[in-house]
Amino acid sequence: MKACAFEYERPRDVSDALKVLSSEGAKVAAGMQSLGPMLNLRVVQPRLLVDIRRLEELRTIREEGDTLALGACVTHAEIEDGRVPGATGAFLQKVASRIAYRAVRNRGTIGGSLAHADPAADWPSALALLGGIAIVAGPSGRREIPLERFVTGLFSTDLASDEIVVLLKLQKLGAKARFGWWKFCRKAGEFAQAIGGVLEDRERGVARAVIGATAGAPFVEAGNRRLFEKPDLDQCLAAADKAGLGADLYSRRLHAVALQRAIAEAQRR
Amino acid sequence: MTNKGVGARLPRKEDRRFLRGEAEYVANLRLPGMLDVAFVRSPMAHAVLGKIIKPRGNEDRVFTAQDLTGVRPIRAVSALKGFKVSEQPVLAHGKVRQVGELIAMCVAPTRAQAEDLADEVELELKELPAVVDMVQARTNPQALVHEHWGDNVFLESLVDDDIASIETKARVKVRRTIRTARQHMSPLEGRGVVCEWHKRLDQLVMHSATQMPHLNRAGLAECLGIDQGAIRVIAPDVGGGFGYKGILLPEEVCLAWLCRKLGRPVRWIEDRREQLSAGANCREHHYDITLYADDRGRLLAIDCEATVDSGAYSSYPFSACLEAAQVSSILPGPYKMERYRCRTWSVATNKAPILPYRGVARTGVCFALELMIDAVARELGMEPHEVRLANLVQPSEMPYDNITKKHFDSGDYPQAVRRAAAMIDVAAIRKLQAQSSAQEPRRIGVGFAIYCEQAAHGTSVYHGWGIPMVPGHEQCSARLTPDGVLELRIGAHSHGQGMETTLAQVAHTVLGIDPQNVRLVHGDTGLTPYSTGTWGSRCMVMSGGAVAAACEVIGTRVKAIAAKLLEVSAADIHLEAGDARVSGTDRGMSLADVAHVWYRKPQLLPVDIDPAGLEATAGYKANVDTGTFSYACHAAKVAVDIETGHVEILDYVVVEDGGTLVNPMIVDGQIYGGAAQGIGTALYEEMPFDEQGQPLATTLADYLLPSATEVPSIRIDHLETPSPYTRFGQKGIGEGGAIAPPAAIANAVNDALAAFGVEINESPLTPRRIVEALARAGR
Repeated sequence: MKACAFEYERPRDVSDALKVLSSEGAKVAAGMQSLGPMLNLRVVQPRLLVDIRRLEELRTIREEGDTLALGACVTHAEIEDGRVPGATGAFLQKVASRIAYRAVRNRGTIGGSLAHADPAADWPSALALLGGIAIVAGPSGRREIPLERFVTGLFSTDLASDEIVVLLKLQKLGAKARFGWWKFCRKAGEFAQAIGGVLEDRERGVARAVIGATAGAPFVEAGNRRLFEKPDLDQCLAAADKAGLGADLYSRRLHAVALQRAIAEAQRR
Repeated sequence: MTNKGVGARLPRKEDRRFLRGEAEYVANLRLPGMLDVAFVRSPMAHAVLGKIIKPRGNEDRVFTAQDLTGVRPIRAVSALKGFKVSEQPVLAHGKVRQVGELIAMCVAPTRAQAEDLADEVELELKELPAVVDMVQARTNPQALVHEHWGDNVFLESLVDDDIASIETKARVKVRRTIRTARQHMSPLEGRGVVCEWHKRLDQLVMHSATQMPHLNRAGLAECLGIDQGAIRVIAPDVGGGFGYKGILLPEEVCLAWLCRKLGRPVRWIEDRREQLSAGANCREHHYDITLYADDRGRLLAIDCEATVDSGAYSSYPFSACLEAAQVSSILPGPYKMERYRCRTWSVATNKAPILPYRGVARTGVCFALELMIDAVARELGMEPHEVRLANLVQPSEMPYDNITKKHFDSGDYPQAVRRAAAMIDVAAIRKLQAQSSAQEPRRIGVGFAIYCEQAAHGTSVYHGWGIPMVPGHEQCSARLTPDGVLELRIGAHSHGQGMETTLAQVAHTVLGIDPQNVRLVHGDTGLTPYSTGTWGSRCMVMSGGAVAAACEVIGTRVKAIAAKLLEVSAADIHLEAGDARVSGTDRGMSLADVAHVWYRKPQLLPVDIDPAGLEATAGYKANVDTGTFSYACHAAKVAVDIETGHVEILDYVVVEDGGTLVNPMIVDGQIYGGAAQGIGTALYEEMPFDEQGQPLATTLADYLLPSATEVPSIRIDHLETPSPYTRFGQKGIGEGGAIAPPAAIANAVNDALAAFGVEINESPLTPRRIVEALARAGR
């Protein structure tokens, strides 16, 4: 199938982008790794594509005190290649390196993946686990959305259709932080069927776990230190039940195993 | 043998253009004034089709069945007793019988614009209950696909035998239900058609991604009601066939009609969405099978009821009964037994028509039988490969007529099993299994599968089926050009088989000509002799035989001319390294010199020279045309993660016998590619349908194909037992790689899970199926 006809704009900066985005039928385009196939399948039929991929402000990677600011259009490949510093960078690098294929990683962006909110994608779960805020720009100015609450459900977010994700502000992890990330894919490069992630940073009092690739928003469990003491399958099954995965035997078990293996990996670090 | 002829690992001549991106596929064609076509397809599997409302103002760019005056439906009949005929309308009217069935044809300057038009066409559809499950379709149908049949059965067949007398003798009776999923063949290039009408020649030229251009021409002529001379079918470079490109498409008939109507070239290029949703069409079998064996694992009898989901229509030319007919005739595999009973049904459902995919029914049959052999082994506590060795036809018995009268030509089947068992190292795997802890989630298993594959079978096999295609003699037209280049024209088509290389090797063996000076002309009904095309692993035997025959005629004539010019007897001339040489001397002349005299200096020729010259058409058919039987034993070592159901292939070996290998490197390539597809069948590929007959895997995100990361390094060992019946002893090997992997891998998984009492008898062996089976066993 071929896409319906649409207009294409490449604005010069964020305010310019917001202006064109406010018109009827406009849609933001960045890495196009999900939007491209959706256009061709005619699942989306925008009148106008607003390509923000080259906007300078969205390409930044910088440290600001305790936080790390990451532009929305930083690609998975840039993260995989170690462009993000420190322990946070190491965590992001681990996640990025297993997203789809290198060809997808070369173009796909962290902000685009978050805004698309496919439950089976890595970033919605990984960023919910990491915590921090997304700075989004809209017609009435800029606002902050906590990353744990950014994704609200299946392909749905707190982002309005006339808003753009500009920056992700992530907490810098301590050097002793431990993390684990384990996902199950039918074959290399496919979307995950189950995601388990854990992060423990004692210096900052962080102990969090995430179950992703569910039917909706990622499920985050905070403060359950027992999870880190012993990667026990029953505990992980209980977490899967809390994530609403009880109905399907296979899915429940797979998510629990993903979490269990993520914990085991964190313990090895 | 030279380093260029039969037996040489000659690099593929065609790779130069393929590796440089210079191949030319149908989608590369750009004809002046060409328009693009998009189809309105049925969104429902089974529905009454009422009004079709064309978009206002664009009525003349949208065509329905009513517009296609004089176009006949596609009919692929079989003469087998009781076969019910289906008529496949090229554009639906009255009723639709599968999702994706063509309803209207929209034409515009670009495909996107044609799709815009298609989006605006309104359909009145009244949904009917869909016939989705083949067993239910036969035993308790919810609806009828073709009402006037009275049931949903294309054909029922029975090979009968007295099984009751065996029951008392048998130490072991094992009964299972086995299923294989419906698949899509997924060639890299989809189907595609460009049609133009040549007014000067009063001829349709159809460029099509097809494996069998001559049969497309015959089928098109029947549907359009014009003579075959008014049609020229050109198959340019074709990106893989596997059977998917072995049928006449309703799209081809539509475009053939449309180009004449509009007076402009028209094009339709299938996309992956159309391919998956409308064309998932192979492999779906159901077996209720019982094996009887004695206490040493020797087979006493097989009793089987097999159902094949044939889809909505009988496709041209193979028909809806080929698959099930093969099931009953090849189920006994390479084994001996006393009794054999098999009933089959070819069942109509509201799905795409079944097509013969690489290996045809053998992949399903091998899956069913080889899983049963392992079940017998487990029952008796024997090693699975030992049970196979207890039942295989012995080399001393060759040629051997088996229980279904298949005539095995040659081979050492037990040797293939013994070598495979040694290569995969069964003893080491058993040791590893004994040492592994019960807590370990990763379980190791080993599995075997052996098959023999009838290939290049001809008239004596096919005439009984009475389908639109019965192969006879295969022909080649050879011509030595004035500069000494050899042109070979064949009616089959090469789309991955490497025939531009292997047939040049055959020519080299006969004529001594350098393969670089041989050009293969194929894929054009206007330039080549008739052929049923490329299917059934037949070309190396049939086209290879035809090329050798034509080259022998040319060789005789070259020798006659050279003998006159060199003033010796023709018997003293031999052909070597591109020359005609006088034996025992250093005298001779090149083939180019001989050709130069024939064409440019005929005054030098004596008056009694053979006037037929340096062009010859010759034909070939094996003197015993029941087919060659290549065979292979595959062995897989796998690790099953019992917590996730993930299967990792740790080692995979193939011991195969393709007779004389014309080009062993190309044979290896065929095995690698086939095995990759077999791994897809084993672990990944499945088209699920919902209760209304909607296909649920309509993009490659849902329909999983194995890629480089899922295919292990495959280790190949060759036996080379020549066929006694073919020109060089070669056997057909193109399909074999795809036959055994599902069975070998499933057996390995079942071996890994045997400790849990778990056995999976359904392909693909998905993680979900594995985990759910373990859960049912209390794990």
